[in-house]
Amino acid sequence: MARLIDVRNLRFRYEDGAAALNGVDFRLEEGEAVALFGANGSGKTTFVMHLNGLLAGEGSVEVCGLAVDRQTIPAIRRKIGLVFQDSESQLFMPTVLEDVAFGPLNLGMSSEQAAARAHAALATVGMAAAASRAPYHLSAGEKKRVAIAGILAMDPEILVLDEPTTFLDPPGQRALAGLLADLPQAKILVTHNIPFALATCNRAVFFQGGVIAAEGSVEEMVSRFGWDFTPDPSKLNRRQRA
Amino acid sequence: MHHVVLERWSRGASALHRRDPRAKLGALVVFLVVAATAHRALPALAAALLALLSAAVISAGIPLAGALGRAALVLPFTAVFGGACWLAGDPARGLALVLKSYLSALAVLLVVSTTSLPALLRGLETAGAPRYLLMVAQFLYRYLFVISEEAQHMSKAAASRGATFRGLAARARFRGAAGALAVLFARSYGRAEDIHRAMLARGFPGHFRTLDTLHFGRGDAVFLALASFAPVVARAAVERFARWPA
Repeated sequence: MARLIDVRNLRFRYEDGAAALNGVDFRLEEGEAVALFGANGSGKTTFVMHLNGLLAGEGSVEVCGLAVDRQTIPAIRRKIGLVFQDSESQLFMPTVLEDVAFGPLNLGMSSEQAAARAHAALATVGMAAAASRAPYHLSAGEKKRVAIAGILAMDPEILVLDEPTTFLDPPGQRALAGLLADLPQAKILVTHNIPFALATCNRAVFFQGGVIAAEGSVEEMVSRFGWDFTPDPSKLNRRQRA
Repeated sequence: MHHVVLERWSRGASALHRRDPRAKLGALVVFLVVAATAHRALPALAAALLALLSAAVISAGIPLAGALGRAALVLPFTAVFGGACWLAGDPARGLALVLKSYLSALAVLLVVSTTSLPALLRGLETAGAPRYLLMVAQFLYRYLFVISEEAQHMSKAAASRGATFRGLAARARFRGAAGALAVLFARSYGRAEDIHRAMLARGFPGHFRTLDTLHFGRGDAVFLALASFAPVVARAAVERFARWPA
């Protein structure tokens, strides 16, 4: 199994002096789907932004055998597709088709090739009929699908999704989990959503204070860190139990 | 979800909607030149041009009363200058100002309401309009409603905690509004940073590449010729036969 991401001793401090990452070591193998758990501010999003060079800290980050630096960033951004938490910020072009074609055009494809890629990606996420619509006319679930299509159109080897279930209702979350399960790429999911992580990931790591405090199966991380909020039946009152 | 009326109109399927935006922009420029440079028999010419525009509005499937009403939004501004001319003893100039501005607004409205904004911006870009100006227009159009919704959320959040301007002194009102604007600006700035990150993550090289979706066909050329010819002929005919003085 090929190693896709190899991060060693990654450290990062924001301009205001706040230390966000304090020595993160992380590996991602081909075919894996890894959930990143951790409290707000524990460094999860800061970490994933290092994977395609949006932030640059100390330590080493390698993606598909390439060290992330200024020279390799264009190549690395072809290999890692980052889906942001708020799809509203990711869908900035006037129509869905133009938005999905944005990445392929930046890869140097012709208009025809980029349009073909965009149509194929939209079909993959079940949004082919929305090609000519304006992004702001879509529902939250549709926006998320289109945002994923925008990444798939670049044919990445790794998908990184930051809080993918934000703004999605349960049917939308279920549909997204089904979609992700069908995609062949390795995945990293930053999430607080335990059922979603259980449905989509085969490994989990737990961030705490800017480091990875533990890793293992999703079930193991959830129980070890008390990360599930399913109510304890013994603490429910009689009416709730009924 | 907000839908601008003009945007809803622009998603029609009439023959006018299907024309290449460059053909419509070319015809618009001709119309504006014809209207702006007219000086003889202006009321009659205005009536003729209004009839032309009204026919185009109806053929595009746009409600005529709605279009005429929206074009009248320019009148309060030009009426001020028209009134000033009237008071200065030059009512003809005041009337010309009002008529020309109204017809120009209606013509622009017709083009905007029969062309989607992406197509319009593409048309302007290929016609040589500054790319960065168009990029700003595109982002403004895309995020204006998002920012407006954020402002509404802030307003509701403040109201739900009992905030009210009623009974406040002007200075306190100003301070409250300035504070809200500052927060809105900070949020918009944060949004802009997120958008920029999302663009970089998809390989944005610093300049926009867009799909070539415009095709200027024979039908567009015929439309451009006819639509440009019509106001010129109308003006020539009116100036030749109308009995109104200049």
